[in-house]
Amino acid sequence: MEIQVNGKIKQLPKEVETVADLLHYFGLDAKMVIVEQNKEIVSKDNFQGANLQSNDTIELVRFVGGG
Amino acid sequence: MKDDRYSRQVLFSPIGKEGQEQLEAKHVLIIGAGALGTSNAEQLARAGVGKMTIVDRDYVEFSNLQRQQLFSEKDAENRMPKAVAAKERLSAINSGISIFSHVMDVQVEELEKLAPDADVIIDATDNFDTRLLINDISQKHDKPWVYGGCVGSYGLTYTIVPGKTPCLNCLLETVPIGGATCDTAGIISPAVQMVTAHQVAEVLKILVGDEQALHGKLISFDMWNHHYQAIKVNTVKNPECRSCGGNRDYPYLSPESQTKTAVLCGRDTVQIRPPERMERDFDTLRRRLHDGEIKQNPFLLSYTLNDHRMVFFKDGRVLVHGTKDIAEARRLYYKIVG
Ligand SMILES: [Zn+2]
Repeated sequence: MEIQVNGKIKQLPKEVETVADLLHYFGLDAKMVIVEQNKEIVSKDNFQGANLQSNDTIELVRFVGGG
Repeated sequence: MKDDRYSRQVLFSPIGKEGQEQLEAKHVLIIGAGALGTSNAEQLARAGVGKMTIVDRDYVEFSNLQRQQLFSEKDAENRMPKAVAAKERLSAINSGISIFSHVMDVQVEELEKLAPDADVIIDATDNFDTRLLINDISQKHDKPWVYGGCVGSYGLTYTIVPGKTPCLNCLLETVPIGGATCDTAGIISPAVQMVTAHQVAEVLKILVGDEQALHGKLISFDMWNHHYQAIKVNTVKNPECRSCGGNRDYPYLSPESQTKTAVLCGRDTVQIRPPERMERDFDTLRRRLHDGEIKQNPFLLSYTLNDHRMVFFKDGRVLVHGTKDIAEARRLYYKIVG
């Protein structure tokens, strides 16, 4: 499936079906990320249930500690 | 000539003469004097914020100079505490403002003392344990705070206004103490400056009372890959949040959340806090240290023996360098201090 992640087109393997899968695929800790799917915030409770569709626009905002 | 030092800022109409007077009457608390802290502090000192308190637990090293703009080679050579070196430079930049500095590790007790007098708190820390503590204090004392974080060419910022926006705990959904990992991927200065440009702009808006102008979004960017985001996160505000919700209990202010030992982010260093508040007497300490090399300034004593180096602060804290292992650090510490 092809989706846009943080402004870049990404080809995802078949097994990446949900937002939770996507975070796992990128090695991100779900607690430390805010996800926007097609301009809507996805609640953290719903990462497992949020299915990805072709041509979705996903924004991942990662909280970082450095300063 | 001195009279027109703020003229360009006064000409900027959202601030104006009245705003400038407001700035001069306000107090900003900056937690951390690393990259974010020094950049925030320099901008706010130049802007003429009347009172600034800057707190930091560390001392200057050469690896800081690439991005921590208030420090010089001399500060690194002398291992000056960052809070002390920052105050000195800030006073040279603007002698007309009051700057208070504290060489200490902020925990609940320290923040409870510092926060009530501040108008806004700037997060310039390097770890989430302290941020979540700032977050709870901000809610408890009804003080806005501005989160900032950066790593590599990436950074993000968010302004938390109690009663209006979600808090950090809403955004992260309860990260356990010590649960967030450390970023060790390096950092370039432009990423720091981009974060602090946003933080300072937000702080100026808060201080002059122009809350309407606050951006209200979670802003993030990657300056190497040219990606810029601003996301509305209002919907994330959780009515059940333990930090800002109706039945809040400020989980990060509880005694069991307090850490006595901590691994410093990306530093290969463990900090040990004494169980009780104390003032370390360097003369007594020196008598216990036989072999090895000792370097001392009025604020800290650095002791090197073989591969290990320990830095003892006046407030009793010790930094054990060359390890990330808390058990090993404690063992080395007790071997020396007894
Ligand atoms: Zn909250």
